[in-house]
Amino acid sequence: MTVKYEKAKAIEKEHIIMDGVDVSGHWNRMFEQRTIFEYTPELIEKIADIPDAESFANCYQCAKCVAVCPVDVVGNYGPRKLYRYAQTGLDLTEASELWLCTTCANCLRVCPKEVNMVKIMPAAREQAILDGKFVPAELQQAFENTAKSGNPLGQPQRKRDAWIKESGVEVPIMKDLGRKVNVLWYVGSYPSYHPRGIDAASAAARIFTALGIDFAVLGKEEKDDADSQRLAGEKGLFEMMAEHNIETFNKYEWDELVVTGPHELNAFKNVYPKYGFERPVVHYTTFLARHLDQLKPLLKHPVNKKITYHDPCYLGRHNGEYEAPRQLLEAIPGVELVEMARNRQNGYCCGGGGGGMWMDSFTAKHTTMRLSEKRAMEAASTGADVLAVACPFEVSRFEDAVKSTGNEHVGVLDILELLDKSMRGE
Amino acid sequence: MNIVVAIKHIPSIADDLPVSGNNVDFDSVDFVMNEWDEQSIEQAVLIKEAVGGTVTVIGVDLIEELDNALHLALAKGADKAVKITADEPGADSHMQAKWLAEAIKGMSPDMVFAGVQASNDIDGQIGPILAAYLDMPYIGGTSSVEASDGSAMVVKEFAGGAGAKYSVGLPFVAGIQAAPKPPRYAPISKVRQIAQTATIDKVEPSGDASGRLSFKKMAPPVVTGHAEMIEGSSKEVAAKIVELIKSKGLA
Repeated sequence: MTVKYEKAKAIEKEHIIMDGVDVSGHWNRMFEQRTIFEYTPELIEKIADIPDAESFANCYQCAKCVAVCPVDVVGNYGPRKLYRYAQTGLDLTEASELWLCTTCANCLRVCPKEVNMVKIMPAAREQAILDGKFVPAELQQAFENTAKSGNPLGQPQRKRDAWIKESGVEVPIMKDLGRKVNVLWYVGSYPSYHPRGIDAASAAARIFTALGIDFAVLGKEEKDDADSQRLAGEKGLFEMMAEHNIETFNKYEWDELVVTGPHELNAFKNVYPKYGFERPVVHYTTFLARHLDQLKPLLKHPVNKKITYHDPCYLGRHNGEYEAPRQLLEAIPGVELVEMARNRQNGYCCGGGGGGMWMDSFTAKHTTMRLSEKRAMEAASTGADVLAVACPFEVSRFEDAVKSTGNEHVGVLDILELLDKSMRGE
Repeated sequence: MNIVVAIKHIPSIADDLPVSGNNVDFDSVDFVMNEWDEQSIEQAVLIKEAVGGTVTVIGVDLIEELDNALHLALAKGADKAVKITADEPGADSHMQAKWLAEAIKGMSPDMVFAGVQASNDIDGQIGPILAAYLDMPYIGGTSSVEASDGSAMVVKEFAGGAGAKYSVGLPFVAGIQAAPKPPRYAPISKVRQIAQTATIDKVEPSGDASGRLSFKKMAPPVVTGHAEMIEGSSKEVAAKIVELIKSKGLA
């Protein structure tokens, strides 16, 4: 192990004269090195020695990260604090703190030393999993479900396209179509199986159909992107899913991959290239904003609501898309868009990223309130009738959160559902 | 300590159970490892870690898809995997126990574990029938098994939270209710590595036995009642509740 730190020797001189003044006494120690260096570096090195977690050692304790850490708002957290805990004896690979980071990347945005928790956390978690350390039971279940059934919900693979019949429109499946399409739509696990996700998937199918998009889905051949499982430390599981998905994507001819979820966008755009998949991928908000001229005439029915929009971390901070979702909302007649104080680059995390989606009870035990609850309260404080989202993790998270915080009057709807409402009028 | 863990592959109930004729439609259902067998594997590996030994996992391959379950068991710490190549998805517990017993006989085990029951038939038969065929004593519903000097200390659970500790002579068969610790997680990278390198011993099913039960009918439960959702403002809802209570003669 390379030594990155030297433990300073505290020097106290019995007699010391500075500039002719006798400053002898125990307090002359203040002229020596700061006592911070007397803390042991071993547990910081233990993390920084894990490949991809090296930047943990960069921290110089400025604490800019703590001010923007969403977990610190409801607890006692943040990269700077984790570094300090490690200095004072906490082994991160064995601590509950290992599982609280949602990899939202707001700390990285402000960090002058590029301490990258988006890389550190998955690496440290992977190490903990490989070493057989504690893994929250709920997360373990989501991993096992993904490995067994191809989705974290544990639903059967052969029912992955069962949602289609609820959409009321024809959704072509690549395998049956047997020809090239413009758009390959990757639906995702929650839009395929979760009742509220199915609402968004059905809305998307109706919108794509109304726009005359030449699209198809993978149906039963689609499996979870597993990006959040990767960020939660299960790289092997991610690789298994990536191999399957890349093989499936490459089996068919298409021009562009459109995804329902920001986590899928992140997987296919930023991580799959490392596994040899480099093809155009866009989130549905970006895709639909590009078709705004064709979309606007279809939005015939006013949705007279005050709406606030929650930036998904993996659409905004991780992939730079802040405007397309807002353009879509503003295109709906009757909508008054209001912003929460934390928005865009400083958007607050819903708590679902980095595996947080499957550690809700665990996280709740280690924080004063769920991140989704904090955010639901922020949404309610704007006076909005609707909290609009663009990530399939968020609908269920925020629907629970508005209920548990007494804000049931705030509806939670995916932008797809709002567009569909305006299109169909209900 | 030579431990054999008998596992059962059963239709998954994560989904509506498809019925075809008078039995489960085995072609359109996923098969999973019985959840109590996951406890058995954990219990066996804990003993191995404590006192050393060998853990052999064995199961009847009903639909030629048992390998995944066996690889998972190996990744969690089992040493050997054996499958009985039956390809008979409808084989009942009695039949499976006979095949398992014939295959286990030659392994001279000190302990044989089976999940105390499985969620497909909830009969809890594999363990006791195995014990009968192997001519070994049986203890079921265990929450802890510890090996100690030629015998085992077994904690068994009773209703109402009561428990009892037994000293059991070797060899014996145990129906595992729970391991003292939750089943460990096997990282997928390890499972995949094992899937590429491990060998699974194949054994032909030997012997014939049956519980002599045959399915006459299998059908989803008949819906006989439903919850009524009362809609409206809180005043309207309250009025309707009062009306309902009165109409039922409760007030």
